[in-house]
Amino acid sequence: MAELTLRRSRMPRPAITVATAVLVSAAAAGLLAPVLWPLDQSAVDLAQTRLAPSWAHPAGTDDLGRDVAHRTVYGLRVSLLVGAVAALVATIIGGIVGGIAGTLGGPVDRILMRIVDTVAALPHLLLGIFIVAMLRPGLGAVVLSVGLTHWLSTARIVRSELLSLRTRPFIDAAISGGAGRLRVLTRHLLPHVLPKLALATTLMVPHAVWHETALSFLGLGLPPHLASLGNMINDGQGSLLTGAWWPSLMPGLVIVIVTLALATVVARWRDRLDPRVRAELQL
Amino acid sequence: MTPTATARRRRRGIAGAGAVVRRRLLVAVPVLIATSIGMFLLGAASPIDPAKQYAGAAAFTATEENLDQIRANWGVDDPLPVQYVRWVGNLLRGDLGWSTSRHEPVTAVLGARAGWTLLLVSAALALVLVTSLVLGTLAAYRRGGLFDRGLRAAAYAVEAMPVFWLGLAAIAVFALTLGWLPAGGLTGVTATTTTAADVAWHLILPVGVLAISQAPWFVLFVRDSVAESLRDDHVLAARARGLPGRTVLFGHAMRTALLPFLTLIGTHLPELVGGAVLVETVFSLPGLGAVTVQAALGSDFPLLAAITLVTTAVVLTANLLTDLAYAAADPRVRLDG
Repeated sequence: MAELTLRRSRMPRPAITVATAVLVSAAAAGLLAPVLWPLDQSAVDLAQTRLAPSWAHPAGTDDLGRDVAHRTVYGLRVSLLVGAVAALVATIIGGIVGGIAGTLGGPVDRILMRIVDTVAALPHLLLGIFIVAMLRPGLGAVVLSVGLTHWLSTARIVRSELLSLRTRPFIDAAISGGAGRLRVLTRHLLPHVLPKLALATTLMVPHAVWHETALSFLGLGLPPHLASLGNMINDGQGSLLTGAWWPSLMPGLVIVIVTLALATVVARWRDRLDPRVRAELQL
Repeated sequence: MTPTATARRRRRGIAGAGAVVRRRLLVAVPVLIATSIGMFLLGAASPIDPAKQYAGAAAFTATEENLDQIRANWGVDDPLPVQYVRWVGNLLRGDLGWSTSRHEPVTAVLGARAGWTLLLVSAALALVLVTSLVLGTLAAYRRGGLFDRGLRAAAYAVEAMPVFWLGLAAIAVFALTLGWLPAGGLTGVTATTTTAADVAWHLILPVGVLAISQAPWFVLFVRDSVAESLRDDHVLAARARGLPGRTVLFGHAMRTALLPFLTLIGTHLPELVGGAVLVETVFSLPGLGAVTVQAALGSDFPLLAAITLVTTAVVLTANLLTDLAYAAADPRVRLDG
């Protein structure tokens, strides 16, 4: 996936405000869609197929007469939910690997970090496709595919964080106070790592959404009847060739806008972060 | 400098190159072994029965004895380490296995398809490198100017666009609305032979889309890197000597910035490969991308494993080459260091 590096750019204030508003409304629309704007997933209106965008249908209708804007909101919901779960799985895997490497250190650390470098050298879309193929396409396969290809940066963040924490005086104090290994880990190290882990998970969500979208676009992701952004882009390809561009390009536009908004906000955050974490947080 | 000193240094350089190759191999071989083990385990954990898959539709009518016979022939019930060693042994002897989704040897599939993917990726890479070097350098020359700001805004915008979406948009605009370029395929519908001109004509859009989608990262990197080297002593010295701006910019500042750029190309290759799979799907090109998707839908382990391993090997080789190029281009880097 693209790495959005808005490095130390002096972002004007309104840009941040607009970006935040976009993100909040995208999340709200995704979460509240079933309440605000119920959708019958199977509703088909063959009298209204491939209508161009208008007031009644702001993003037109697809080749089954379904409202594209309406389905896009649901697609965003599905993609965000799948992305969030997948990002969480990636964070858990990365947290465990980084946690073991950072607390044990020594040869274990070296071996684990070598594995991280190995996976980083692989084309991760191919690896993701391979994982989905071996598990048969579906929701679980997509989540695992993202989890197994996206845990690297989290592992690196957690490891470097733990390595630097280990040398801090309060850890020495805890150990000389008689705290066991487990107590040091859960009471002293974990509280410091958790906020960064939470941030890493949040930043992982768009990566996960991109991966899911790419797999769904190839027909290897979520079940085809489900309105996810990738599925909609894939479905719309047929209409595209007949001149109706909206069924596939409109859902994609949502991905573009949300990603841009997130990159803008992240660029702001990153300047305030500690440089070690900053280096790993490439969106 | 005496000629003997130069010769000695050149000899040391070549010996150093050998050391780099050795050190890289020391990393590459474990990487390939680890990847193959990981993939093999995933394949073994897969719920798909290879015997039924091989039999295809006939699996519904085949007797259990026949299926057992296939399993025995293939040794799929042997202990996993035995199977793994047999698989790797076959790979090393050049036998990549039988593709169950295409019903032909994996080597035949790779032979027929890999060339087109390589052509797409290398053409796109060449285009990305040239344009990002030129655009990035120009943007760095007048930092904060209109061109710089416009280029950066465009780069951020493009970076947020999934490559397949960009491809579909390009088809909608250039192929369907304007009718300038073909929407997909490698040759015209009526063509009976494959001519270079026809292929080039059909590759303009795919190569362009792949290049544009990869460009932002490279452009921004070149821009920052040239901007930094414009403040270097030797660049200031060149300016002070009164050399023309273009010579200083491209001859001095860009050359310094070129070095870190070289190694980063290698790390960005996996990205480019993923993009190529998606672009090939969008433009219906007969490369490895379409076969990969077909193989994935058919859970074709031999073909998928071969494609992933070969790609990994190519990426690792490219990393080695960029390392060597770096050392060749920068006299300050000592290969044997």
